[in-house]
Amino acid sequence: MYKIVTKKELVPHINLFEFSTKEIAEKSKPGQFVILRINDEGERIPLTIAGADIKKGTITVVCHEVGKTTKQLASLNEEDCIQDLVGPLGKPAEIKKFGVVLCVGGGVMVAPLHFQAEAFHKADNRVIGIIGARTETQLIFENEMREVCDELYVATDDGTKGYKGVDFLKDLIKERKIDRVICVGPIIMMKTVSEFTRPYGIPTIVNLIPIMVDGMGMCGACRVTVSGKTMFACVDGPDFDGHKVDFEELTVRLKMYAPQEKAAFVFYGKDRRSL
Amino acid sequence: MSKPKPKIQKEAVLMPKQGPKERSHNFNEVALGYTEEQVVAEAERCLQCPAATCVKGCPVEVDVPTFIKHLRERKFGEAVKKVKEKNSLPAICGRVCPQEEQCQAHCTLGKVGDPVSIGRLERFLADWERERGYEIPQKPASTGKKVAIIGAGPSGLTAAADLAKLGHEVVIFEALHKPGGVLVYGIPEFRLPKKIVEAEAGYVEKLGVTIKTNAMIGKLYTIKELLERFDAVYIGTGAGLPSFMGIPGENLCGIYSANEFLIRVNLMKAYVFPECATPISLGEKVAVIGGGNVAMDSARCALRLGAKEVKIVYRRSREEMPARAEEIANAEEEGIVFEFLTNPRKFVGNERKWIKAMECVRMRLGEPDASGRRRPIQIEGSEFIIDVDTVIIAVGRTPNPILQQTTEDLQVTKSGTIIVDESGKTSIEGVYAGGDIVTGEATVISAMGAGKKAAEAIHEYLMKKEEANNT
Repeated sequence: MYKIVTKKELVPHINLFEFSTKEIAEKSKPGQFVILRINDEGERIPLTIAGADIKKGTITVVCHEVGKTTKQLASLNEEDCIQDLVGPLGKPAEIKKFGVVLCVGGGVMVAPLHFQAEAFHKADNRVIGIIGARTETQLIFENEMREVCDELYVATDDGTKGYKGVDFLKDLIKERKIDRVICVGPIIMMKTVSEFTRPYGIPTIVNLIPIMVDGMGMCGACRVTVSGKTMFACVDGPDFDGHKVDFEELTVRLKMYAPQEKAAFVFYGKDRRSL
Repeated sequence: MSKPKPKIQKEAVLMPKQGPKERSHNFNEVALGYTEEQVVAEAERCLQCPAATCVKGCPVEVDVPTFIKHLRERKFGEAVKKVKEKNSLPAICGRVCPQEEQCQAHCTLGKVGDPVSIGRLERFLADWERERGYEIPQKPASTGKKVAIIGAGPSGLTAAADLAKLGHEVVIFEALHKPGGVLVYGIPEFRLPKKIVEAEAGYVEKLGVTIKTNAMIGKLYTIKELLERFDAVYIGTGAGLPSFMGIPGENLCGIYSANEFLIRVNLMKAYVFPECATPISLGEKVAVIGGGNVAMDSARCALRLGAKEVKIVYRRSREEMPARAEEIANAEEEGIVFEFLTNPRKFVGNERKWIKAMECVRMRLGEPDASGRRRPIQIEGSEFIIDVDTVIIAVGRTPNPILQQTTEDLQVTKSGTIIVDESGKTSIEGVYAGGDIVTGEATVISAMGAGKKAAEAIHEYLMKKEEANNT
């Protein structure tokens, strides 16, 4: 069992959790993920690690309520336990001095982006942060990002805060000398940013979390096509070259269980009301 | 009636099974097990031949004649003790061992009729004991030595049990959330109920073994780190990486690796969705590619999940199928259709990128290849289409590479299996390996045999080291 030491609602429907697990905390690196299972009937879901505190013996994940399991997780409180937590899984992000690193994140993934940005900052890079959300009230980790970025830009889909959309990045990428781009967020964002950088040949790393079951190379649910070759995001990634990923395929595969996810969500709602 | 010397009973006592019609709609165990009368009657058939050739056919060398002797005297407790001297997981072996190729293949009776159903006898005894509560052997004196075992599959559990019985402190590190390895993620409930795996893993724990789940070695700890805390390490990580065919369209939605399909159904219990949250998406027309036990298991699961038509597509003919004869027969009885000498060339998707058809070719058999089976050759111009909405690819599994990638001095073959000597010793001192991670995909019992052998070698290594330290 793994105890929730801290639970914080960052914005409506997005919660930060700190789980007590000294051994995973000691090994967690930016870019890696964990898989958790709430109880015996639960499914295994991957969540990207957003931080690790070796002294406290905790790891941090930030989770957006979108389906049955994430909603169930959000219903738990501090001192509650989840049944299973395994990790760190996947290869860590490549962190070293590149020069100027542009860290782009969207939605809930701004939290794990911060874990990377912090590491790039410590590795003596000039870090330019771009964080986005659907709307102003959904933006997370702005202050945290400001602390580790030399410059920070904010964008929202509806323009309620900062730039409207990510199109402004086109100019930024064109005008500035950027050595590496890290993009963590919705697929459409990772795809768009990869297209922006492609003409300039700037290495652009995207962090992919497709549907997974075991997360350790056994099932192949998370297969993605990179440079025409099938890779497993869980063991070959989750970081890949954004210029080579087949984002269309990834988008379709992510929706493979949409009807079942809906059914599970409805069932969970009914089940809860009957309690 | 006086029969001074009973005649040889050529026919084995049949084991009751759920009827094919009924069972193809549920996940309950197919084979129901012998009754006490049946088991004794079957045991009576044993000739008790002094040569005991059956023992030679068993990878863990269970003393078959002696346990059968106890059994027919209805001394079930004695009999199960005899089995467990060599085999800590008899309820599992009694169900999934290919006895027809092992102990039973060597049975003298087999020359004149059916061999003794050794597996069914073993299963009866194991179930008999489990229902009454396990008898735990007395704890041996501690050697003060610690052994780490990686993987709680058949090989790891066997090695752990044997090492614990010798007085070593044993910790098993299991990456998944439940112990059992392929026994829980691969083999379906209707062939091996999960409560049996749980009970036999529980027995191993009662011997003093600690099973630590959710511990992915290679990520959480390296082997080098384990060696700082343990005197020896045994690697039994199996062959868990699914092979794909490498043909166009393989990443369309609705195409599963058998591993994914079986993990969802078995380990995650997708057959009771949504009560259990892991979903499975299954169409009406299912094709399973492959001819092994994994293909049979996948096909039979698909049928039970409600598929209307399940086809097994295999590139060779029935004779070359690696699956157990019993499982092929079971699948056939349940209504699985076999397309032999057929190989898919391309998967065709609809506009939503879901599989809708497979372009296949017919094959003919040529000369035997390296595996000794006749090589399938494509017949030109034989292309045809099979309409499907779900495909399950069961063309083999390979070793998981994570440990090899994170252990510098560990010598591996090109195909990723770990190189060991006869005793199971790897290129690193104090590190042993066995089971599918060494041989490539094989059977549960051969993995157990390797675990047993390695446990002996580890014990010897630890005792020698101790001796050297004392002198």
